Amino acid sequence: MRAARLRSLPCIVGIALAAQGVSARGLPSQAANQPSVLRLATTTSTADTGLLGALLPDFEKQCACRVDVIAVGTGQALELGRRGDVDVLLVHAPEQEAAFVAEGHAARRYDVMYNDFVIVGPGGDPAGVKSASTANEAFRRVAAAAAPFASRGDKSGTHTKELAIWKSAGTWPGAAGAAGPGWYLSIGQGMGESLTFANEKQAYALTDRATWLSMQARLPNLGLLFGGASIAANPDRDLRNQYGVIPLSQARHTSVNGPLAQRFANWLLAKPTQQRIAAFGRDRYGQSLFCADSDDDKSTGVVRVR
Amino acid sequence: MIDNILRALGDPALMAVVSLTLRVTGSALLIATALGVPIGALVGLSRFPGRRLVTLVLYTGMGLPPVVVGLVVYVLLSRSGPFGPLGWLFTPSAMVAAQTIIAFPLVAALTMSAVDGVDQDLRLQVRALGATRWQTGWTVLREARIGVTASIVAAFGGIISEVGAVMLVGGNIEGHTRVLTTAIVLSTRQGDFALAMALGLVLLLLALGANAALLQLQGRSR
Repeated sequence: MRAARLRSLPCIVGIALAAQGVSARGLPSQAANQPSVLRLATTTSTADTGLLGALLPDFEKQCACRVDVIAVGTGQALELGRRGDVDVLLVHAPEQEAAFVAEGHAARRYDVMYNDFVIVGPGGDPAGVKSASTANEAFRRVAAAAAPFASRGDKSGTHTKELAIWKSAGTWPGAAGAAGPGWYLSIGQGMGESLTFANEKQAYALTDRATWLSMQARLPNLGLLFGGASIAANPDRDLRNQYGVIPLSQARHTSVNGPLAQRFANWLLAKPTQQRIAAFGRDRYGQSLFCADSDDDKSTGVVRVR
Repeated sequence: MIDNILRALGDPALMAVVSLTLRVTGSALLIATALGVPIGALVGLSRFPGRRLVTLVLYTGMGLPPVVVGLVVYVLLSRSGPFGPLGWLFTPSAMVAAQTIIAFPLVAALTMSAVDGVDQDLRLQVRALGATRWQTGWTVLREARIGVTASIVAAFGGIISEVGAVMLVGGNIEGHTRVLTTAIVLSTRQGDFALAMALGLVLLLLALGANAALLQLQGRSR
């Protein structure tokens, strides 16, 4: 009797451990039916807005699947796509996305939504960015004043935009590869860390509005100097931050879940989801964090390379 | 500070994060110990050509940067890599694999040096009494048990605190591959230092508890 009970102990322990290992995402449990998994690679700034947390449960219910969100830098997200380690990308770097599609990893990219970048900096504004009329001019003034500027320096969507503005302003702080002048601080980190750094150094920085809004309270030394009080009020259309969704092609990577990825893209572009995107953030920040692409014009999926 | 700790403790997701941390590190430690102690003891007790090289490799392995291990394991487990079909990438299995690789040299090298430090006379004595090679080895290992336990403790400390490997091969997926260290990085990245510190405290308490348990085991065997 005692031996039998002892033998059943490992069984009980094993079952307990297995039960603990079962996912607790609240999906309807189907006996012996593993929900399929969609792997979505996105950027850290996108994930940090909380948008995906708010939207995804609806998709998971519709397709009876689970979406694993892997939030990394833009460059890493694209690399994950190139290796076929994920099924779909949601990033905001149109030029890099176009190159990605041209390489053959996906059939096409789709415009999903956009928000904008703003320039933040020390409250005293030594460079006089506040009175600039365009982002180019603001950057030129920072360079002229040799005021500290914190750059992401990590080939992210934000960094790519920052480099584009420097280029069009004609005052690039240093040749590509060469160390910039002393006031240009390229730290190679994410948006949150870069803003924290800028706060400590009382430096200027380019940031997406969503990250700024969510971190504002913790950045007492910085203020929004250029970009308007909301996306609609941004005077410079060059600061638009366009998001694209790219379902990977199964032809190129056989292990990719092509049909589910396409289904995800379709759901993301459908009217109900787009409306939810356009409304996201209003209750918390008093303004929407994104503009759905279906607001301005029908999403044609045309690659808009700026 | 207290309300930040309470905020961290009150988060329902914390249980899942702590549970996964213990499962991943526990599994990796178990495998690394099962492999490392016998291999370390064997190398410590035997004399064979190339022993110095093996020792060098094990010692160097103790200093392997976790992020480099994570990168190599990632490339191996990637869908476009040799072990892609296993489907381990971005699951706890990959995290266990990476942490086992980090822990193994610590257990093996420190066991080896603990065994090597046991008085030669003991070995001769036991052999003289008629012990077989296995019995001799086991006796020496028991004599060196403090050093062996220390090797396990060192390996545990090494992997429960690492973030580079689990971040890369796990992906920090909420609810599935998020452990305490990657959660701390996330909070820090978002500028929520208070929450990050609170999570750090939880991690330290976990380590404290685990080490206390290990010391208890060691104490009971004396």
